[in-house]
Amino acid sequence: MASGKFFDEMHGTDGSVREAYKAISQWLDSVPKRELNARRKEAEILFRRMGITFLVYGSGAHSERLIPFDILPRVITSDEWSLIERGCLQRVSAINAFLKDIYHGQEIIKAGRVPAETVMTNPKYRPEMQDLDLPGDTYVHITGIDLVRVGEREFYVLEDNLRNPSGVSYMLENREVMMRLFPNLFSRNRIAPVNNYPELLLQNLRAVAPPGVERPTVAVLTPGIYNSAYFEHVFLADEMGVELVEGQDLFVRDDHVFMRTTHGPVKVDVIYRRIDDEFLDPLVFNPDSLLGVPGLLSAYRAGGVSLANAIGTGVADDKAMYTYVPDMIDFYLGEKPILSNVPTWALRKPDDLKYVLDHLPELVVKEVGGAGGYGMLVGPAADKAEIAAYRERILADPANFIAQPTLALSTCPTFTDKGIAPRHVDLRPYVLTGINSTVVPGGLTRVALREGSLVVNSSQGGGTKDTWVLRDGLSGGAS
Amino acid sequence: MTIVLSRSADHLYWISRYMERAENTARILDVSDRMGLLPTSLDTGSGEWDAVLRITGDIGAFRKKFPEATATNVIAHLTLDPDNPSSIYCTVRAARENARAERVGITTEMWEALNSTWLEISNLTSARLAARGYRNFFDWIKERSHLFRGAAVATMLRDERYHFLRLGTFLERADNTARILDVKYHILLPETGDVGGAIDHFQWGALLRSVSAYRNYHHAYKQAITPINVADLMIFNDAFPRSLHACHNELVTLLDDISGPRGNEAARQSGEIHAMLHYGRIETVFKQGLHEFLSDFIVRNNRLSGEIQAAYLVAH
Repeated sequence: MASGKFFDEMHGTDGSVREAYKAISQWLDSVPKRELNARRKEAEILFRRMGITFLVYGSGAHSERLIPFDILPRVITSDEWSLIERGCLQRVSAINAFLKDIYHGQEIIKAGRVPAETVMTNPKYRPEMQDLDLPGDTYVHITGIDLVRVGEREFYVLEDNLRNPSGVSYMLENREVMMRLFPNLFSRNRIAPVNNYPELLLQNLRAVAPPGVERPTVAVLTPGIYNSAYFEHVFLADEMGVELVEGQDLFVRDDHVFMRTTHGPVKVDVIYRRIDDEFLDPLVFNPDSLLGVPGLLSAYRAGGVSLANAIGTGVADDKAMYTYVPDMIDFYLGEKPILSNVPTWALRKPDDLKYVLDHLPELVVKEVGGAGGYGMLVGPAADKAEIAAYRERILADPANFIAQPTLALSTCPTFTDKGIAPRHVDLRPYVLTGINSTVVPGGLTRVALREGSLVVNSSQGGGTKDTWVLRDGLSGGAS
Repeated sequence: MTIVLSRSADHLYWISRYMERAENTARILDVSDRMGLLPTSLDTGSGEWDAVLRITGDIGAFRKKFPEATATNVIAHLTLDPDNPSSIYCTVRAARENARAERVGITTEMWEALNSTWLEISNLTSARLAARGYRNFFDWIKERSHLFRGAAVATMLRDERYHFLRLGTFLERADNTARILDVKYHILLPETGDVGGAIDHFQWGALLRSVSAYRNYHHAYKQAITPINVADLMIFNDAFPRSLHACHNELVTLLDDISGPRGNEAARQSGEIHAMLHYGRIETVFKQGLHEFLSDFIVRNNRLSGEIQAAYLVAH
C-alpha cells in the first residue's frame, strides 16, 4: 500500500507495518468494512448534531458546512512526540524573545541578524507596541505550529501561526467523537488525553492578567456568528466557563474594559481575542470596524487589560520573517533548531527570484501574508496556463511572494470511497504560554482527501483526523 | 452574583419564547383541527380557521397570500411557510438562531435538542407534512419543545441565565394560553344556540385537550365540562401549569430572583398582574366578559415583557 515516493506513517518505506500502527492494523484487519461505513455515517450525524460547522466564504451565500472527519486515527509514538514537543517549545520561546526584543531594544537588528526593513516596513509591525511591557513578557499565548513529516524522524515547520490560530476545537471534538465511536480502541491503546486543553488555556490566560488583579475575569472576544470560526469561539468560552463577548458588549472607561451586563458594567481583565489587530479598536486601527472596542488600545497600553495574543505578533509569522526563525533560536537561546525550516526562496532577492521563475513547475509559491491555502500556486499540480498567469502576478510584485520546494508530505491510511487508501497529512500542535509553556499531546491532523492532493486546507477539500500520541512508545498494550 | 451579558440574557429570553411559541402555535392549530372535525364547520364555513388567524394576529399577511381560510391554507401558512414570521418553521429557526448566538449560555443537551429540531423541520416539505398527518406533526413539535425545556430544567445551572430563559417561557405561555382560551370566544360566542349541547361539549373538550388539560380538568373539578370551569382552570387555577396564574407565580418569583434596582418597575407590574390572578374570581370575569378580560390581560402581559426588555436586555 505504501507508495515509493512518500513516507507512509503506517507502512514506512518498506511496506511492513510500523510499530505505532500495529494495533490499528490489527483492528482494521478484524473489523468488517460494513461496520466502518456505519461508524463513518454515525460520525457525520454526531458532528452535525453538535453543530460543529464552519462557514464557507465566497460561494454565493455563506453556507454552514461540516469539515469531513476521517475515522481512522493518525498515530504518533511518544518518542516522535518528544521531538515535536521540544521543537515547538523551542520555537515559541525564541519567537517570544524576538517579539519582546523588536518592540524594545531591537538587539537582533543591531546585531545584523534580521534586516531592519523586514521588521519596520512589515504591515504587521505595530509601532503602538514599542516599549510596552507585557505581563510575563508573553506575546504569543497561543501558537499553532504547522508541521509536515517527510520521513521517519524528519519534520519540517511550514509556518508559525501567532495571531489567532484556529482548529483546536476540532482536535478536542474529534477526540470526543472517536471515544464515542470506538471506545474499545481507547481501552486497548495508551493514548495521551487532550481534553485538559481548555483548562490549561484558562490557567495561562489568568496568569497574564494585569498585575494586582486577584481573581481576573477572562472573556473570549469574537467577531460574531458570521465568523468562520464562530463555533470554536463558542466552544472555548464554553469549555473555560467564561463569557463570550462581541465588541458591542464591551466599552472602555478610565483605561479599563467593561462588559455590559444585566446588572450594569463588569470589569474584564484578560481578553482572549479572536479578532485581528486591524479590527480591535476603531479609534486607532480600521475606523470602519464595528467588531472592535473604541479605546481598547489605550486601556491595553495603560495596563488595564491583557490581550492574548498580544497586538503586533503578526510581524513574526509572515512568510518572510519565517526564514529568520532559526536565527532567532540561535540569537536568543544559543541553540540549534530542533525542527527544520522548509528551504524558502524570498522573491524580493533577485537571485531567488530568478531561480524560482526558472523552476515554477516544481515549486510551491505563496503570498507573504496569505493564509488558508488561498492564492497559492502548487507547481506540480498546475497546468501551463495557471503557471503563466501566476508568473505575471509574481512579476508585478516579487516581494509579495516566497517559494518553497514541493514537500513530500507523509501519508496516513484514510477511509475513502474506494476503501482504505493513503492520503497526505500535516499536523498542527498547539502551544500554550503563560505561567510556562505546554504542548498538548495531540493536535489537529489535516488530511487532503483527494487522491494525490497535497493541499490539506479545509477550504480546499481537506478533512481532519483524530491525532493520537501514544504513551511510552507502545502501540498496543495487550492488556 | 453571576455575570450575564445583556445580549446573552436577550438571546436566552428569546430562545425560550420562540420555542414556547412554536409549541403553542401547534396547540392552537391542533384545537382548530379537532374542532374542524365537527359537523357544524360544514354549515358555518371554517370559522375555527378564521379564529386561528385572529389569535395569531396575522390575518392581514394571510389574506395577501390566500383567498380563503381553509384548513389547508391556514396550516400551510402557520407551519412551514419560510416567509411568515409566525410560522412554526420561522419560530424554530429564530429560536435556533438565538441559540447559535448563545451557545455558551446553554448546555450541549439544549443545543442539540434545538439544533436537531431545526435540521428536521428545515428538511420537511408540505407534501411530507401532509403524508405524516398534521396531528402527528403537532405532537412532534410539542415533544421537541418538551425535550428542549426538559433539557434546560435537567442540565442548566440555576443562575441568572436560567432565570432569563424561564422568563421567556412563562411570558410567552401566559400570552398563548390567554389566546387559546380566546379561540372559543371567536368561534362560538356569535352563535350560542347549542350551549351545553354535544357540540359545545366537544369544543370545550378540544380546547382542554389542546392544552393537555382534559384529564386535569376532571381531576380538578370532578364534574361535566362547563365553560366557567374551563376558564377557571386556564386562568386562575395555579395547580395547572399552563394557567395564567401558574405562569405569573413563576414570573413573580423569577423577577424577584433577578431583582436589582433596574427591575423595580418590572417587579411592580408583575406583582400587580399576579395579585389580580391570585385574588380574582372567575364569576367576576364572566360578568365583565371573558373576551375583554383576556384582551386586557394580553396587553398587560405585553407591557410587562416590554419593561423587562428595557430593564435588563437592552445594553446600557
